[in-house]
Amino acid sequence: MAKKVALLQGNEACAQGALYAGCKFFGGYPITPSTEVAEVLSVELPKVGGKFIQMEDEIGAMASVIGASLTGSKVLTATSGPGVSLKQELIGYACIAEVPCVIINVMRGGPSTGMPTGPGQSDVQQAKWGTHGDHAAIALVPASCQEIFSETVRAFNLAEKYRMPVQVLFDEIVGHSRERIEFPEPGELEVIDRQTPTVAPEQYKPYDTSFGDVPPLAAFGSGYRFHVTGLNKAQDGFPTTKASLVDDEQRRQLRKVDAAQAEIEKNEEYLTDDAEVVIFAYGSTSRSARYAVNELRKEGIKAGLFRPITLWPFPEKRVAELAKKAKAIVVPEMNLGQMVLEVERVAKGDCKIGFLGRVDGEPINPGQIIAKVKEVK
Amino acid sequence: MAFDYDKYLRPGKLPHIWCPGCGHGIAMKGLIRAIDACGLEKNNTAIVSGIGCASRLPGYVDFNTLHTAHGRAAAFATGVKMAKPEMNVIVVGGDGDGTAIGGNHFIHACRRNIDMTYVIFNNSIYGMTGGQFSPCTPTGAKASTTVYGNPDPTFDISKLAIGAGATFVARTTAFHATQIDKLIAEGIKHKGMAVIEVLDDCPTTYGRRNKFRSVVDMMKRLKDIAVPVAAASKMTAEQLEGKVLTGVLYKEEKPEYTQQYAKVIAKAQGA
Ligand SMILES: Cc1ncc(C[n+]2csc(CCOP(=O)(O)OP(=O)(O)O)c2C)c(N)n1
Ligand code: SF4
Ligand SMILES: [Mg+2]
Repeated sequence: MAKKVALLQGNEACAQGALYAGCKFFGGYPITPSTEVAEVLSVELPKVGGKFIQMEDEIGAMASVIGASLTGSKVLTATSGPGVSLKQELIGYACIAEVPCVIINVMRGGPSTGMPTGPGQSDVQQAKWGTHGDHAAIALVPASCQEIFSETVRAFNLAEKYRMPVQVLFDEIVGHSRERIEFPEPGELEVIDRQTPTVAPEQYKPYDTSFGDVPPLAAFGSGYRFHVTGLNKAQDGFPTTKASLVDDEQRRQLRKVDAAQAEIEKNEEYLTDDAEVVIFAYGSTSRSARYAVNELRKEGIKAGLFRPITLWPFPEKRVAELAKKAKAIVVPEMNLGQMVLEVERVAKGDCKIGFLGRVDGEPINPGQIIAKVKEVK
Repeated sequence: MAFDYDKYLRPGKLPHIWCPGCGHGIAMKGLIRAIDACGLEKNNTAIVSGIGCASRLPGYVDFNTLHTAHGRAAAFATGVKMAKPEMNVIVVGGDGDGTAIGGNHFIHACRRNIDMTYVIFNNSIYGMTGGQFSPCTPTGAKASTTVYGNPDPTFDISKLAIGAGATFVARTTAFHATQIDKLIAEGIKHKGMAVIEVLDDCPTTYGRRNKFRSVVDMMKRLKDIAVPVAAASKMTAEQLEGKVLTGVLYKEEKPEYTQQYAKVIAKAQGA
């Protein structure tokens, strides 16, 4: 049977990906350029018995999705710069309390209101460091409508599997582009549900590490009564200030992602095998970069593209390898120097690093990248 | 026979953090009696709070409990209730938590008339952080950040709740302990947003600074200022000066939010 195809906007593809993953609850607050995610889900969720709620602000939206997730639902919220700043407080709550949820950030410029209708990639470090305290982070950066669909599904899988918030960041260009997408058949993409307890309710502890670094999570109302708090807590979920327990807990929450990096990491490489200059680019910028690689190759310059699809955890090992092999890595991004810091950190001076930043609300074009490569090479 | 609180308390979680003489314990006991009177099932009941002394309550009681972030309880609770409307959702928290940082979530939960019971422990101060003034601190009172006397006007939480659209609003005090459970029970049975304001005391951070010599003095004040709504109707404005009305202040039947959303689902599914 022919697959269902459609011409969809990135934001619409995101909503469809969420439905495919089994999302049953959306809590949001309108903001350009992410609003279509909410609009589509307000129509589609009730059709499948799901719930849509427009909250009073983004903090409330984040709170509502965490509350809903604790009842066992797969949950989503979507926003953009100013909204994602407001959500930081409770992204931290979802980290420490280990509550699965997916947060979409359709990136525009900033700080503050910035340019609401212009694209940006300036929230990429915020995705890692935005909320206070030490915590793990997973952030995905799709570059096309089809990929927004599949990465949204993967974001749900990672959130459920690792019991944590997962952010999907795409810039306004990808969010508002219309492209042909093929809908995967049910079962074609993997869909993961969180682990629920197998022990008797009396034995259940919400942070029981005898089940590994990601303890099973019971749903409110399922007969397992437990306590959830944003305070540091012991394995039974109740607050503790005991130094050793706090330390164990904090380290485990980083370790659960560190140890699974190979599984969480996802990159695409294009002509990097013999590349002398590697372009490190993500999101819509990677599409200009691919074009630039082809043009440079025509001129005899051995260029290649490294495109992270998982931005956090950062693909340290592979970038370090590329830094050893290549003469230079060029990092174009729609900000004033964010992921380039990470590239520099892991390259440890093994190759030259070139940076190209743009924050005027216009996309980075291939010509700019080509010029930068020639300058750095 | 004496009421058996142990049935609802989590073993091993006491002593609580509350100071001797703190009104929050009296309010918690009232809540437990109300839950018992309504026959709520533990497995099917969620108790949600924010941050503060009052908000520590969920840790002590044996339900599905959610101690959230400062001010956010109503919004978390909205998510719980929307996702699982069959659960009984009770929110507890302080005056600062609910009306300052959480004011926006509070008024919108009232406006939606979502079926939850919000018990607000109003000790007119930020107890947990050491007695800074809250939106409910009386004008002129002393707090650690108003040593010259509080210049701010004061919120009337019950009026705020009524104005925002809550369909059951009641008030009592920690002195009127037996009224606490009756009003909370009525709130639990009410279909829609029920707000029960319990005026209580914080001897440690408010009493000391405001020349209350003892907890008994603070209790006496609660006794003196309370006027039941029925009695108030026969009193003059002059006589009511400085008093607060207690009892059921407002009750109305209106469409409840999750039921309204059930209609949205039915429409979307072509019913
Ligand atoms: C975002 C945030 N801001 C400030 C605080 C500090 N804080 C903790 S409790 C509290 C006030 C609590 O007062 P109230 O809600 O009236 O409860 P009470 O302690 O009086 O019972 C404050 C300001 C916090 N925990 N989080
Ligand atoms: S500080 Fe005040 S509100 Fe907090 S427990 Fe002590 S008496 Fe109660
Ligand atoms: Mg208070």
